[in-house]
Amino acid sequence: MNKLFFKILTLTIGFSFLYFPILTLIAYSFNDNKRVMVWKGFSFRWYKELFHNEQILEAFYTSLKIASLSATFATVMGVMIGFSLTRISKIPARPFFIFLSSSPLVMPEIILGLSLLLFFISSNHIIGFPSSKGQLTVLISHITFSVAFVAVIIQSRLSSYDKNIEEAAQDLGTIPNMIFWKVTAPVILPAILSGWLLAFTLSLDDLVVASFTTGPGANTLPIVVFSKVRLGLSPEVNALSAIIMLIVILAAISIYLINRSNIKK
Amino acid sequence: MIKNLKKQNVWFVFTPYLWLVLFFFVPLALIFKISISVSEWGMPPYRDLFSLSENGLEINSTLGNYLFIFSDPFYIRSYLNSLSLAFTSTLLCLLIGYPIAFYVAKSKTSIRNILLIMLIIPFWSSFLLRVYAWKVLLQGSGIINSILIHIGLISEPISMLHNHYAVILGVVYTYLPFMILPLYGYLVKFDLNLIDASNDLGAKPFNTFVKVILPLSLPGIVAGSMLVFIPVVGEYIIPEMLGGSDKLYFGKIIWDEFFVNRDWPIASALAMSGIVILVFPIIIFQLMYAKYNFRNE
Repeated sequence: MNKLFFKILTLTIGFSFLYFPILTLIAYSFNDNKRVMVWKGFSFRWYKELFHNEQILEAFYTSLKIASLSATFATVMGVMIGFSLTRISKIPARPFFIFLSSSPLVMPEIILGLSLLLFFISSNHIIGFPSSKGQLTVLISHITFSVAFVAVIIQSRLSSYDKNIEEAAQDLGTIPNMIFWKVTAPVILPAILSGWLLAFTLSLDDLVVASFTTGPGANTLPIVVFSKVRLGLSPEVNALSAIIMLIVILAAISIYLINRSNIKK
Repeated sequence: MIKNLKKQNVWFVFTPYLWLVLFFFVPLALIFKISISVSEWGMPPYRDLFSLSENGLEINSTLGNYLFIFSDPFYIRSYLNSLSLAFTSTLLCLLIGYPIAFYVAKSKTSIRNILLIMLIIPFWSSFLLRVYAWKVLLQGSGIINSILIHIGLISEPISMLHNHYAVILGVVYTYLPFMILPLYGYLVKFDLNLIDASNDLGAKPFNTFVKVILPLSLPGIVAGSMLVFIPVVGEYIIPEMLGGSDKLYFGKIIWDEFFVNRDWPIASALAMSGIVILVFPIIIFQLMYAKYNFRNE
């Protein structure tokens, strides 16, 4: 009984710690007062203002665009890296390629951002590309740090599943392309999806690298939010937090339900 | 599948590596170059490494930026502060996260899945907004101060924001899911019968934990600690939002040197030193750990 009590106590305290700040933020998003912390009454005022805030809406759209493009490119290249490291037995200098593909994982984002910005400025001086900083430079930077993360996911899936399935298909006379689409692809599809999702959230969440590499017309959502809350509080950002939490919770629940129905099958 | 590289496969294999060389390693080489350049007014604000003049080829290279950094305790302290922040918060995340991960992994399947979803939700939601939530909570007029006044612990609001304790709290809060999820991943695979077996053989619960559970969850501990330690070492957002001037951290120093002082050579030298001081130890640790695992298998 003592053990059970301790377990429930640990989980209650742990999850309260994780959720208390978020729930408080959501509660205050309904506060009808410009001073965030002084309760005046329940209203949807900040939600209305949020949906009329051109700057935030535009930044949200920019972020979604960059995140989905970045995730797609990063996933394609992550799959290529995953394959080359697990499926090609005679790749020359394999440790070197492992080093290449995994070093972005340990690089602090502040150094990554600084080096990319200086690189873009110099390359603009020398070859005139990129012509200016903006969405393209943010996109390139996000792809660069996401590739390594996707590659890790794909690699661990490819190395953990039984290669004999592929060889069996080969022995049965299946042509290599067919092996890929009929055997390998279905097996690694979940890894590809989770890689894409991870790259998408990495890009959507990034403030530091984007702040370095952004330019006119490429303010992402974190950049706009950060400029609003750096020095003070903003009731509109409270409303935005509540909406983002709602989206995340709905996504999590639907993934849970999909998983459960898959397991039942 | 592919035994030898065919011509059509060469592009498939090398495109991502070319990308990484171009957009990851060339930029790093560039900041190395700028870090040994002499700063001057103008655009770009440093002198070219090589220049042709009447006297022939001139090399304008200097170690002055590095000497400047390492002779000023201000910069050295910022590296130490970042390292100590990363150590402290990794340890705290481990101490708080381990019991949570353990009990979630030991729950019944139906409850476990719900708890797992509840762990993933903060992991997915915006990092910046979760830091901001603490800024709201810790305000002088914030909810924590109100509660403390209400129960009579304090009579006036105390300032809880803008000091390094608030930074540690913010880091532990935002990075806790990064510690719990890998730990959970290893603990859930773990056969609970091993605990019973150890108990049946007469081991005390503490010994069972140290000799059976801990070694088997070691990969999870290492993975989780890396996921916390690496980003925290260069953390900029949390010290900027919750911290004050009592302790300065490496991430903020680079940011200010670049954006405020516009001193590119110093910012680059700080970044290069940061790689040597903060990143190399992590790489060495990972190589040693990989070797250790290899030997034990």
